[in-house]
Amino acid sequence: MSGREPHGHGGGADLALRVEALEALLAEKGFLDPVQVDAIVRRYAEEVGPLNGAKVVARAWLDPDYRRRLLADGTTAIAELGFGGPQGEYMVVVENTPSVHNVVVCTLCSCYPWPVLGLPPAWYKSPAYRSRIVREPRAVLREMGLELPPEVEVRVWDSSSEVRYLVLPERPPGTDGLSEEALSELVSRDAMIGVAKPPAPGEAARG
Amino acid sequence: MADGGATRGHGAPGAPAARDRGTPGAHPELDPDGPAAPPRKNGELVFESPWESRLFGVTLALCERGVFAWEEFRRLLIDEIARWDAGGDARATWSYYTCWQAAFERLLTAKGICAGAELEARVRELAARPAGHDHEHDHT
Repeated sequence: MSGREPHGHGGGADLALRVEALEALLAEKGFLDPVQVDAIVRRYAEEVGPLNGAKVVARAWLDPDYRRRLLADGTTAIAELGFGGPQGEYMVVVENTPSVHNVVVCTLCSCYPWPVLGLPPAWYKSPAYRSRIVREPRAVLREMGLELPPEVEVRVWDSSSEVRYLVLPERPPGTDGLSEEALSELVSRDAMIGVAKPPAPGEAARG
Repeated sequence: MADGGATRGHGAPGAPAARDRGTPGAHPELDPDGPAAPPRKNGELVFESPWESRLFGVTLALCERGVFAWEEFRRLLIDEIARWDAGGDARATWSYYTCWQAAFERLLTAKGICAGAELEARVRELAARPAGHDHEHDHT
């Protein structure tokens, strides 16, 4: 924004007023219904979140056919579980293996697969992550607590105007016999962005 | 040591987030695992202030109604973020939703939906409200 408001109380207060003014004007002009805005905010603040993605990952770990479908056509396989919508129209799922680790960024803005991960965390949108994860992924991952052996290839996926990526992490050892629900609890948002790994059950308890 | 799991989270994950939370008073460090963390069914804290969530909701609502295509907004958002990244803006503290707001205002102007002067007038009107207006009931 250019210029400060004469009665400004700092950036946050100024912006809160601007947003309030915008919403009121748009409602008066018939472009929106505040109830619709309420519903959208509730949906993204409380309902759509990484639990959806965790269910996708757990299903892929348990069902080899589903995993194949997921890697071949992410959008369709994710829709099988009932997840879809804005920012999830072109989903590509990239699989971690013992020799390849994937990590996702949007260097230009903040593209992110909303239907499976919800809205992105603050650090994902930060200038530092957006610029550094491409230049020095190993260093950034190390700072975030993920040390990768030098022989593991790191692939950084930059979200484009269409494609949204989801990382399919490796299933941790010691999880044989766990139910889909128990497995999904091991899958964090960070693991599906590629900046963490799902812990083995014992590690989660110790952590 | 776990590599940061579901139960631990990262708090402020490494340097990227920590670096950009400059002014402690203006943007207090959020600890999503801390006792003061707002409850979230999905375990996430997605908005730091109510105005951010309203702005997000208003933008999406207009897109859902077909007022604009998401890509139109995204191009403006990329431009605003690039301006910030290039240091062409005096804002000292990174604020993603400030870029969003600037992009959204440009979109509304370009579409002829809401002119800048109209918005400024309404902002002044709202700023002039007496203190405590929040506690009054709406007169519809």
